[in-house]
Amino acid sequence: MKRVICLLIPMALLAAACGDDDGGTAAEPVACEAGETDGNLDLYNWSEYIDPDLIPAFEAEYGVSVTETFFESNEVMLAQIQAGGAAYDLIVPSDYMVSIMAEEGMLIPLTKAAIPNLANLDPKFTGLPFDPTGDYSAPYQWGTTGIGFAYEALGEDFEPSWAVIFDPDPSYVGQISMLNDAREALGAALKYLGYSVNTTSEAELQEAVDLLKSIKPAIAKFDSDQYEDDLVGGEVMIAHGWSGDFFFAFDDTDGWEDFGYFIPEEGAVAWVDNMAIPRTADAVCTAHTFIDFMLDAENGAALTNYNFYASPNAAAAEFVDPEILGDESIYPPDDVFERLEFIADTGAFELKFQDAFTDVKN
Amino acid sequence: MTTGRDRSMTTRRLDRILAGHSALVYLFFYLPLAVLVFFSFNDSRFANRWEGFTLDWYRAIPKDQALMNSVKNSLIIALESTAVATVLGTMAALSLERYKKWLGKRTFDALLYLPVIIPDVTMAVMLLIFFTQINQALGLTTIILSHIAFNISFVAIVVRARVSNLDPSLEEAASDLYASRWKSFRKVTLPLILPGVLGGALLALTLSLDDVVITSFVQGPGATPLAVEVFARIKRGVTPIINAVSTLMLVASILLILGSLLIQRRQGSATRGG
Repeated sequence: MKRVICLLIPMALLAAACGDDDGGTAAEPVACEAGETDGNLDLYNWSEYIDPDLIPAFEAEYGVSVTETFFESNEVMLAQIQAGGAAYDLIVPSDYMVSIMAEEGMLIPLTKAAIPNLANLDPKFTGLPFDPTGDYSAPYQWGTTGIGFAYEALGEDFEPSWAVIFDPDPSYVGQISMLNDAREALGAALKYLGYSVNTTSEAELQEAVDLLKSIKPAIAKFDSDQYEDDLVGGEVMIAHGWSGDFFFAFDDTDGWEDFGYFIPEEGAVAWVDNMAIPRTADAVCTAHTFIDFMLDAENGAALTNYNFYASPNAAAAEFVDPEILGDESIYPPDDVFERLEFIADTGAFELKFQDAFTDVKN
Repeated sequence: MTTGRDRSMTTRRLDRILAGHSALVYLFFYLPLAVLVFFSFNDSRFANRWEGFTLDWYRAIPKDQALMNSVKNSLIIALESTAVATVLGTMAALSLERYKKWLGKRTFDALLYLPVIIPDVTMAVMLLIFFTQINQALGLTTIILSHIAFNISFVAIVVRARVSNLDPSLEEAASDLYASRWKSFRKVTLPLILPGVLGGALLALTLSLDDVVITSFVQGPGATPLAVEVFARIKRGVTPIINAVSTLMLVASILLILGSLLIQRRQGSATRGG
C-alpha cells in the first residue's frame, strides 16, 4: 500500500545481524495440493484492505479459521519476520519489500501447482521487476500515485500534467499537499522533469530538489495520512497521493462529482501489494489455498469493489463494478500504463533520496 | 513602603493572573479532547466538517469485530501489565529507599531508569530479538511482558518520590510497638505511599494503552491492541468510529480516576476519624 520512509530499515538490519539468521539461505518450497489445508491461517495484512465478507467465506469453504492481524509499515513487518518470532502464514508486502525479503531468504517459494488461479492474472502483472519469476509472491492489488483535485481549482478542461503542482495556477497556490515520502515527492518532480523515479544521477536528483524548493511556498504541507480528508474537507485543492485513498474518500462524501483523480501524462509511480508466505509460516498449504482463493475472479473483484484499488486479476474484470472498471484513473489504458514506473530499491543511493528530501523540507 | 491595602491588591492581581494562566493550561490540555468528543457525534466520515448530530459511530462499534477485538486486547494488556508492574515497581522503589546497603544497589538504581531513557524503537528491537532468542512466540504474552518491562521503571520513579518524603520515624514507631515487618508495611507504609502507588499505576495504565512503537514490533497473530489498530487505520483515513471508541475510553478512565479519588478520600477521613 504505502511506502513509509525507510527510517526503520537500519533497525531491521540490526535485528538481522543479531537474530538467528541463517545468512540468507533460501527457504525450501513445501509440497501442497490445490485446496489443501494444514491448519488455521494467521494473516498479516494492512488495515481495511480486505472485503470483510471474504474471510468468513474462506472459513466456511475450507473449514479453517483465519486470524487477521494488522501492520502499519513494511519495515516493522520486515523486522518481525527477520527476527523469526512471528508465526504469520501469509503477509502482504509492497513491491520493493518483496525483493528485499526474497533476497534475504525470508519467503517460501510458492508451489504454483497449488495455486491454479495464478492463470487468472493479467500478463502485465506477471514477471514484475521485484519478483521476475513470480516464485515468491502473487499480486494482491495495485494502484498509482497521482494527483487528486477539486474541480473548483482546475475546471473541467485542464492538462493532466504534473504542471498542476509544479507550475501552479495562482488561484490555488498554498492549497497543495504533497506526500511526505522522499521517493514519492522527489519521484513526482523527477517525472515532471522527464527522468526516471529510480534515477541514480546526482545531477538529476539535484534538479528535482531545486524544483521542489522553488515551489515550496505553494505547498501547504507534506503529509501522507490525512491528505484525502483535507481535499474533501476543502483544506487543500490539489493533493499528491495514492489512488485508492482518494476514491475511498470521494465515495464517502456527498460531493463525489466535485473531485477527481488523474495519472499525470508524464508518467507516475505504480505500486503493487503482494501475497507472500514467510518462512516462519506454520500453515503453508492453507496459505497457498488462501492465495488461490483471493485470485479467484469473483473474490478479486470483491476486493476492488471494496477498496477501489485495481485488481491485477484479468478474470475479475467481468465482476468489477463497471463504474470502477471504466475509470481510466483506476484502470489506465495501455499507453498510460506504459509510462508508469515501479519504485525500485536504488541501494546506496537510497540515502541520497532521504537527504535530498530532508534538504527540501528544511 | 506598601500599605496592607496595596499588598492585598497586588496579591489579588497575581491571583487573577495565576487563575488565568491555569485556565489557559487547562484549555490547552482539554480542548483537543473536547474536539475529539465533539466529532464522535458528527454525521460525516470526515473530521473537518460538522454535518449534524448522530450516534451512528457508537452503534457501529459493536459491529466492528476488528475494533472490538483490539479494545479487548488493549484492556487485557493494560490491566495485566499494570498490576504486575505496580507490584514490582513499588518493591523496587522500597528496596532502593528503605534498605540502605545491598550488593549491586547502585547498578540496579542506574539500570532501573534505562527503559525511561532509551528510545522506544531501540527497546522495541531489543525486545523483539530477545523474545525470538528465547523462542517465545509473539502474541499477547510478549506485549504484556514488554509493557511490564518499561512500566516497572515509571512506577518505581513515582513511588520512590513518595517514599523519600516519608518520615522513617513512623515505621520505626510501628516496630517499637512490636509490629512485624509485614504488619508495619500493611498498616503504616502502604497506606502512606498509596497515593504514589495509585499514581504510578495510573501512569502505567496510560502508557500501556498508549504504546504503539514497542507494541507493533512485539505483537503477534490476533493480538493487535487499540493503539496499533488506530495507527494502522490512519493509512486509510480515520473515521469517527475511532473518536467514538476514544470517547468511551476517556469516560472509562475518568470514572476510574474519580473512583480512586473517592476511595482515597474515604480512607483519608476514616484514618482521621479513627
